[in-house]
Amino acid sequence: MIPLHYILFVSTGLFFIGMFGLFTRRNMITMLMSVELILNSVNINFVAFNKYLYPEKLAGVFFSLFIIAIAAAEAAVAIAIIINLYRNIRSIDVEAADELKF
Amino acid sequence: MNLSILVIVPLLTVLALLFSRGQNAIRWLSFAGVTVQLVLSFVLLAVFWKERAAGNPVSMLFEYRHAWFSALNIDYHVGVDGISVAMILLTAVIMVGAVLVSWKIGPHSRVFFILLLLLSAGAYGFFISLDLFTLFFFLEISVIPKFLLIGIWGSGKKEYAALKLALMLMAGSALVFIGILGIYYNSYGPPSLYWPDIHPAVSVQRIFFPFLFVGFGIFTALFPFHTWVPDGHSSAPTAASMFLAGISMKLGGYGCLRVAIYMMPAAAAEYSPYIIGLATIAIVYGAFATMMQKDLKYINAYSSVSHCGFILLAIGMGTRTAIVGAVMQMISHGLMTALFFAAIGMIYDRTHTRLVEKLGGLLKIMPFTATIFVIAGLCSLGLPGLSGFVAEMTIFMGSWQRPETASRLATILACASIVITAVYILRATGQTIMGPIKDPQYNSLTDASWNEKLAGVLLIAGIVVIGVAPFWLNQLINK
Amino acid sequence: MPNTAYIILIPLLPFIGFVILGLFGRKYIRSFAGAIATGLLLVSTALSLWVAYWYFFVGGMVNGAYRPVTALKLEWLSFSHDLSIDMSIILDPISVMMIVVVSLVSLMVHLFSLSYMKGEERFATYYAFLGLFTFSMLGLVVSGNIFEIYIFWELVGCSSYLLIGYYYDRPTAVAAAKKAFIVTRFADLGFLVGILILSFQAHTLDFNILISRLLSAVMNPSDAGLASFWGVSLISWGLILVFIGGAGKSALFPLHIWLPDAMEGPTPVSALIHAATMVVAGVYLVARLYLLYALIDPAVTQIILYAGAISALLAAIIACTQTDIKRVLAYSTMSQIGYMMFALGTYHPGEDPALGYTASLFHLFTHAFFKALLFLCAGVIIHNIHSNEMKDMGGLRKSLPLTHACFLIACLAIAGIPPFAGFFSKEEILLAAWNSNKLVYGIGLFTSGLTAFYMFRLYFSVFWHKPATGHRHRQPLVESLPLVILALGAVFAGFIPFSRFVTASGFPDKPSGIGTNAIAPVLIAAVGIGIAAWLYAKASDRPAKAAASLRGLYTFAYHKFYIDELYLFITKKIIFNCIGRPAAWIDRNIVDGFINGVAITTGRISTAIKGVQSGRVQDYAWFFFIGIAGLAVLFIYIVT
Repeated sequence: MIPLHYILFVSTGLFFIGMFGLFTRRNMITMLMSVELILNSVNINFVAFNKYLYPEKLAGVFFSLFIIAIAAAEAAVAIAIIINLYRNIRSIDVEAADELKF
Repeated sequence: MNLSILVIVPLLTVLALLFSRGQNAIRWLSFAGVTVQLVLSFVLLAVFWKERAAGNPVSMLFEYRHAWFSALNIDYHVGVDGISVAMILLTAVIMVGAVLVSWKIGPHSRVFFILLLLLSAGAYGFFISLDLFTLFFFLEISVIPKFLLIGIWGSGKKEYAALKLALMLMAGSALVFIGILGIYYNSYGPPSLYWPDIHPAVSVQRIFFPFLFVGFGIFTALFPFHTWVPDGHSSAPTAASMFLAGISMKLGGYGCLRVAIYMMPAAAAEYSPYIIGLATIAIVYGAFATMMQKDLKYINAYSSVSHCGFILLAIGMGTRTAIVGAVMQMISHGLMTALFFAAIGMIYDRTHTRLVEKLGGLLKIMPFTATIFVIAGLCSLGLPGLSGFVAEMTIFMGSWQRPETASRLATILACASIVITAVYILRATGQTIMGPIKDPQYNSLTDASWNEKLAGVLLIAGIVVIGVAPFWLNQLINK
Repeated sequence: MPNTAYIILIPLLPFIGFVILGLFGRKYIRSFAGAIATGLLLVSTALSLWVAYWYFFVGGMVNGAYRPVTALKLEWLSFSHDLSIDMSIILDPISVMMIVVVSLVSLMVHLFSLSYMKGEERFATYYAFLGLFTFSMLGLVVSGNIFEIYIFWELVGCSSYLLIGYYYDRPTAVAAAKKAFIVTRFADLGFLVGILILSFQAHTLDFNILISRLLSAVMNPSDAGLASFWGVSLISWGLILVFIGGAGKSALFPLHIWLPDAMEGPTPVSALIHAATMVVAGVYLVARLYLLYALIDPAVTQIILYAGAISALLAAIIACTQTDIKRVLAYSTMSQIGYMMFALGTYHPGEDPALGYTASLFHLFTHAFFKALLFLCAGVIIHNIHSNEMKDMGGLRKSLPLTHACFLIACLAIAGIPPFAGFFSKEEILLAAWNSNKLVYGIGLFTSGLTAFYMFRLYFSVFWHKPATGHRHRQPLVESLPLVILALGAVFAGFIPFSRFVTASGFPDKPSGIGTNAIAPVLIAAVGIGIAAWLYAKASDRPAKAAASLRGLYTFAYHKFYIDELYLFITKKIIFNCIGRPAAWIDRNIVDGFINGVAITTGRISTAIKGVQSGRVQDYAWFFFIGIAGLAVLFIYIVT
C-alpha cells in the first residue's frame, strides 16, 4: 500500500499550485480554477486520512462530498459574479475590479 | 404619579408627528406636546409637594421598578427627589421655549421637531432614572439627535461642530460607562445598579470616581474638555443651542452631583482639591476667554463654561449649602442661557449676523428682543431679583464654609469672576443693544413675533420667579 | 407698638410703579406715566414722613434712647440654620432719616422731570427706572440684614446703569453707564467677600446680631478663635473689604472715576442718584456698621479717615479746573462725600462717643438738599442753553431769576456760610476733625475754602461774567416747585437739632454749640468766594493768568490727575492684552488644539494604514494566507 505521506505530498503540491495560481493569475476564471485545485487538494487529504486513520468511519468521505457540492455551488455563484462584473467593467481582470477599497 | 408618563408623552408626540400632514399641524402638535409636558411637570411638582407636606420621608418618591434584563440585575427603575423635580421643571420650561422659537424652522421641520422631542424624552428619562443602566441609556438618547440637529439645521462650520460635539460627548459617555461597569462588578453582594443605594468600597471609589466624574464633567464643560461648548453651541440652530446649554450641560452637572454626593462621597472628598482647582480655572479662564469673543453665540458659550464652573466648584466644595447652590445654578443657568440663545437667535434671524461690531442700536429697532437680551445679560451678571444672583450667592456662601485657605482663595476668585462677567456682558450689550444703529438696513427689521415673545416671557417668568422668591426652590431641593 | 407692616408700602409703591410702567408704559399709559409714578411716590413720601414723625416723637424712644424697631421680617433665602437672608425692615434713627431724604428728593425729581423730560420718546421707561431706583434705595436704607443691603446695593447699581445709559444711542452715555457699573461692581466684590468673612465669623447675617457678636468676639478673643491673615485679623479684613464696597459706591478716591462720567445721564437723574442718594450709600453703610468700624481696629478707622480726607481734597482741586457744569458738581459731590466719610473716621478711643457720626449724617442730610437743588438748577440752565460748557453760559441772572436765587442759596449752603444748612453740618464735621486729627482738620479747612471758590466760580461764570441779556424764561410750576422746596430745605435744614435724633448710641445728645471754632471756616470760605468773584464776576484774562501761574498743577488737575488714563492703561493694556487675549488664544490653540490634535492624529494614522484596504482580492488572499500560516506556526510550534 502506498504510504500516507506520498498522498499528502500530492495534495500539498496540488494545494500550492492552486495557491500560486490564485496569487499570480489576473484572470478571474483561472483564479476560480485555482480555488478548485485547492479544494480538491483538501478533498484528497480528507479521503486519504479517512482511509488510513479511521477506515471504519465515513466522515472524511462525506466531507469531500460536501466540498464537491459546495464547490459546484460556489463555481456557479462565482461565475455569476464574474459575468456581472464583466457586464459592468468589460473585463474579468481582477486588478480592474478594485472599487471596493477605502 | 407614574413617572414614565414623562418619557411616554414626548414619544407619543413623536409618533403623532410621524402621521401628521402640513406645516401648521406639525408646529401645533409639537407645541401641544411640550405644553402637556409642562403641565405634567407642574402636576409632578404639586403632587411631590403634597407628598412631602404629608410627611413622606422616603428619599425617592413615586418609585416604579420593572425588571429589564433580570439575568444581569438591570431594571427599569425610576423615582424622583426634589433635585430631579427641579430639573424636570427646567427641562419642561426650556422645551416649550425651544419649540416656540423654532416656529419657522427651515426644511424638514417634521424631522426637526421629532429629534427635539426625542432629546427631551432622553432628558426626562435621565432625570428620573434610579438605575445606572437606565440612566446611561437615556443619556445616550440625548446625545445622538444633537448630531443631526447641528449637522442639518446648523450654521457656520456645522459639520465640524456636530462631529466634535458628538465625539466628545460620546467619549464622555464611554467614560461614564466604564465607571458604571466598575461599580457594577465591584459592588457588595449581588451586582446592583440602583444608584441611591450604591456605596462601593473606598478603594473602588478611588479608581472609578474619576471615570464617572470626568465623563459627566465633559457634558458640563469641565476644563479642559470644554471646547465642544463654543463650537457646538455656536453652530447649532437656536432650539438646539437652548437644549444644549440649558439641559444637556445640566445632565452632566446632575450626574456629577449624584456621583459625588450620593454614590462616592469618600472619593469626592479625596479628589475635591482637583475638582475645585479645575472648576476655578474654568470659571476665571472661561470668563477671560469670553471677554475676547466677537460672536454673540461664542460669548454666551464661553460664559456657559464659566457659569458651569460654578456648578462643579460647588460640587467640589461639597457643603450642604454649596450643593443647594449647585442645583440652583443648574436651574438658573439653564433658564438664563436658553433665554440668551433665544434672543441671539431672534437677532440672527433678522440681521443675519452675530458679530458684535456689526450690530448696534437694536433697542430702537426691536425693543422686545433687546429687552430679553438685556434681562438675560443682567441675570448672567448676577443681578438680584433674577435667578443668577440667588444661585451664585448660595454657592459663595456654601463654599466659604470650607475653612481651608485654598478653597477660600478659590471662592474669592469665583467671586471675582462676576466682575469679569459684568465686563463682557456690558460690552456686548453696549455694542449690540445700545449705541447708534450701524447698518441702515436694520431700520426696517421687525420685532419678535408672538411665538418668540411667548418663549421669552415664559423663560423670563422662570428667572424672575426664582430670583424674587427663591425660598420655594430652596425648600424643594432641601427636601 | 402699633402695627408697622404698612411701612413695607414705602418701598413697594415705587416698585409697583416700576412694574406697571415697565410692562404697559410703552403703549398704553404713556401720556400719564409720569403722573402715575409721581402719585405713587407722593403717597410713599407722605408715609415716610409719617413714619419719621412716629419714630422720633411717638414710638421710637425706649428708656430715653432710640432703639431699632424691626417692622417686618420675612425669611427669603436660608443658607443654613443660622445664616439666612431675611427681607426685613428696620427702623432706627439713620434709616428713618434716610427714608425721608430719599423719598423727598425722589419726589422732587419726579416732579421736576414731569416737565424736564416731557416729549422724550421713552418717557414711561424713564419713570419706570426712576421707580426701580427709588424702590431699591428705600429698600437699601431700611435693610436689617447685611445680605439684604447687598441685594439692594446691586439693584441701585443696576438702576443707575439703566438711567445713565438712558440716552442709549449716544456712545458716551453707554460707555459711562458701563464704566459706572463695572467700577462699582469691582468695589462690590470687596463688599461681597467682606460679607462672607464677617458672616462666617459671626454666624449671622442680621446687622444687629452681627455687630454685637463681633464686638463680643473682639472683646473676648479667646472664645472666638480669631483667625488672621497676613497678621491682620479676619474681622478687620472683612471690615476693610466692606468699606471698599462703600468707597466704590460713594466714589471715594481711587474708585471715583465713574462718577464724573455718570453725568451723561439726564440731569434730574444726576440730582437724585449721583448727588443726593445713591452715592451716599457708602457713607450710610459705614454708619450702619459704625460701632464695628469705630471700636474693632483703630487701623481701619484711620483708613476711613484718610480715604475720606484725600478724596475730599483731590476732588475739590479737580473741581476748580473743570469747565463742564455737571462735572464740577460731580466733583463737588465727591468732595462732600469725602467730608462725610472722614467724619466717620474721626472716632478715637476715649473721645466724645460719636461727634463725627452725628456730624457725618447731618452733612449727608443737608447735602442732599443743596446738592439736589444745584443739579436741578443746572438742569434748568442746560435746558435753556443747550450746552453743558461753562463758557457758553454767562449773564443768566435776568433770564432765569428763580434759578439764580436758588443756585445762589445752594452755593452759599455748600460753601458753609451761615445761616445756610451746610454751615452747621460742615462746622460739626470740622469740629470732630479738630478733636481727632489736626492734619485732617487742616485738609478739611483748606477744602472748605476750595469748595467756596469753585462753587462761586461756577456761580459767577453762569450768572454773571457776561452782561445780563435776554428775556425772562417762563418756568412751569412743576419745575419751580421742587426748586423752591429744596431751597427751603437748604436754608432751614441746618436748624434741625440733629444730635437730638441721630447719635451713635441712640441717646439724644444736646446740640453742640457754635462757638469760636466757626470763625476759621467761615473766613476761609469768604476768602474763597472773594477770589472767585475777583476772577470770574467780569470777563477778564485773570483766570487764564491764574491758570498759567499754576501751570503744572493746573494741567495735572485739569486732566483729573491722569487717574482715568491709569485705569485705561490697566484695563486695556494689562487685563485685555495680557490676560484676556492669551486666555482666548490658549483656548483656541492649545486646549482646543489638543482636542483637534487628537482627531487629526487619528485621521493621519488611518490614512497611513488605509492602503492595506486596497480593493485587490489577491492582496486580501495573501494576507489571509499569511495570517493562517502564521497562526498555524503559532499553534503548532509555539503554543504547544
